[in-house]
Amino acid sequence: MWFTKYAAPVIFYPIAGKFIPWLGGITLVLMLIGLYLGLFVAPTDYQQGESYRIIFVHVPSAWMSMFIYMVMAISGAIALAWKTKLSEILASACAPIGASFTLIALVSGSLWGKPMWGTYWAWDARLTSELILLFLYIGFMALEASIDDPRRASRAAAILALVGVINIPIIHFSVEWWNTLHQPASVSSISKVGKPSIHPSMLAPLFIMFIAAKFYFATAVLMRMRAIVLLRERHSHWVTGLEELKS
Amino acid sequence: MPDMLSVIASLIKRDVTTALRRSSDILNPLVFFAIVVSLFPLGVGPEPNLLRTMAPGVLWVAALLATMLSLGRMFSSDYRNGSLEQMVIAPYPLTLLVIARVSAHWLMTGLPLVIMTPLLSIQLQLDAAATKTLLLSLLIGTPTLSFIGSVGAALTLGLRGGGVLVSLLVLPLYTPILIFGAGAVSATATGVSPDAHLSLLGALLALAITFTPMATATALRISLD
Repeated sequence: MWFTKYAAPVIFYPIAGKFIPWLGGITLVLMLIGLYLGLFVAPTDYQQGESYRIIFVHVPSAWMSMFIYMVMAISGAIALAWKTKLSEILASACAPIGASFTLIALVSGSLWGKPMWGTYWAWDARLTSELILLFLYIGFMALEASIDDPRRASRAAAILALVGVINIPIIHFSVEWWNTLHQPASVSSISKVGKPSIHPSMLAPLFIMFIAAKFYFATAVLMRMRAIVLLRERHSHWVTGLEELKS
Repeated sequence: MPDMLSVIASLIKRDVTTALRRSSDILNPLVFFAIVVSLFPLGVGPEPNLLRTMAPGVLWVAALLATMLSLGRMFSSDYRNGSLEQMVIAPYPLTLLVIARVSAHWLMTGLPLVIMTPLLSIQLQLDAAATKTLLLSLLIGTPTLSFIGSVGAALTLGLRGGGVLVSLLVLPLYTPILIFGAGAVSATATGVSPDAHLSLLGALLALAITFTPMATATALRISLD
């Protein structure tokens, strides 16, 4: 296949370096537009007041937290099946970014919960499964950190990511079911407030922020991958000969 | 070459025999289970109604922790004395050998936990019907715990700090079993049929038997690399 040559670290490294400034620039522009539309242009919500504006950060982060876990698991599966170095590196570069998005989703969710639910933490189904997702990310990183040989570490962590990705829907539905059995109805009726169809003036910034988060992920993951490539290949000829490292 | 079933049977027999000869391996998780459950009334107070509502969760969490503590020895002694390598290069599918090993592990940890549970459920004031559901849910749920745990045990084989690490990896994956297991008991206690919970526990067991041995076998191969 024509694209497999880009999986060689020697070829990947400089190309990724060329992409990063563009991706970073697009991220910055989209984020500024999205935040401006979200924080200044979008109207105040008639029920939630100003505090609903946290969704422009919260919802994209929550989406990204699950999307990145999928990316991590798929590239882990590719790494296990074809033993490609770059997919191992992609999987380990995903983990800290995904964990940060999960943390942002959790923190922003609980900050939104204080004015809405009157408490920073409710055992809401989505909040709970997001918390467990954070634990899964932490387990992935802890396993990878405790194995000295980087390639062995990547493959072990890839298995964990695969087991995790099968479990995520099961965890999600079990938590949702548990929640409907245990929670008083008041919370679920409040949480319905977020569900009615969103006005376009609110949907547009949300969508832009979502694309911005995607671009941020692409930028950050390429930067991390470049760093990991350098670390893993530090003894190889092409790394020691790199111009940018000589100064 | 002996056929596969007799290989599995002899593996299970070997594991059970070695476990019985070192009976502390079986007893320690059980004692841990009993101590954890007995600590809860000391922490929250002896009020019978409170204990009764907490009992399903407390017993299930304690069973989860006891299983998790015993995961360390699932492969470690075979790893140290080299017999694990022999299993990996044996002319039998490693997944089957993993199934045999996990079954033996359940016989030596999960089953004793189930047998001991009625005593502890009396301590926590559970009535007979709820205790019956509790036993049934543990009987279906603890093998799933062993199967999922085997992945964590295989991944952390020979690593420093493996004990804490295995809990980090495995406990988040245990949440659905905890929810359905404790949910079944709570349902019975409030007069609702626990069938739905138990069926889901059964489905999780079927999934775990199908998929985790493959993951465990791959993890073992990586750990032995």
